[in-house]
Amino acid sequence: MKVSEAAQKAGFQVIVPGEDQEIEGIYCGDLLSWVMGKGQPGQAWITVQSHLNVIAVAVLREFSCLILAEGAQFPPEVIERAENEGLCLLCSELPVYETALKLHETGI
Amino acid sequence: MTAVYQRIFTVEQDDYASAGLVSSLIKESLRYMGISPAVVRRVAVATYEAEINMIIHAYGGTITLEIGDDGTIHLLAKDNGPGIPDIEKALTPGFSTASKKAMELGFGAGMGLPNIKRNADVFHIESSPEGTILDLLFKEKS
Repeated sequence: MKVSEAAQKAGFQVIVPGEDQEIEGIYCGDLLSWVMGKGQPGQAWITVQSHLNVIAVAVLREFSCLILAEGAQFPPEVIERAENEGLCLLCSELPVYETALKLHETGI
Repeated sequence: MTAVYQRIFTVEQDDYASAGLVSSLIKESLRYMGISPAVVRRVAVATYEAEINMIIHAYGGTITLEIGDDGTIHLLAKDNGPGIPDIEKALTPGFSTASKKAMELGFGAGMGLPNIKRNADVFHIESSPEGTILDLLFKEKS
């Protein structure tokens, strides 16, 4: 399923549409080296980290999108870098677990 | 291996805002050179961790990328100190000496060197108070 369709079904706010990639699973985590080591290309990454470095991790790890949970907000410089990188940014008001559950319920 | 391409990148201490920039440039260079996606991903993970280590633990340093005529990727990460007192401990997953600031940003999981070691085909590390040298090779898996 494409990121745009999943975001709509799950009710996530689209901050940066990015390249509308296919979601190939879900990964949750906030420790960047852990995410770097264990994440897989195409996954949707759910985190509560919203600083600039998450963009580098998401792009290098080739995640399909980055979902910020718990109602947190992306700072403007993070949004700008994601736009430059073509990375999709989404926001969810739900906690991490429920965000993942919601995404799973869309059929991923 | 005879190097057909070489490029040296500089990494500055505490430059969190640029973290990942060198890794992205190296990743793009390798893609452009036609290196397989699987190898590019392994190099990208290792470069990112080496870059982060230089920013959060060292006084900055350089990362040299070399591509051999046989497609082998050589990464040489050299920092300017202060060195790793106990390399064996630093290689233990979960062990970290990262600052509170680094931890708050999600660094300091104690997975940096283990991630590098796991992704490189040849891993060599040496360290003294003058600096740490990481010498890594990545090969195409047949």
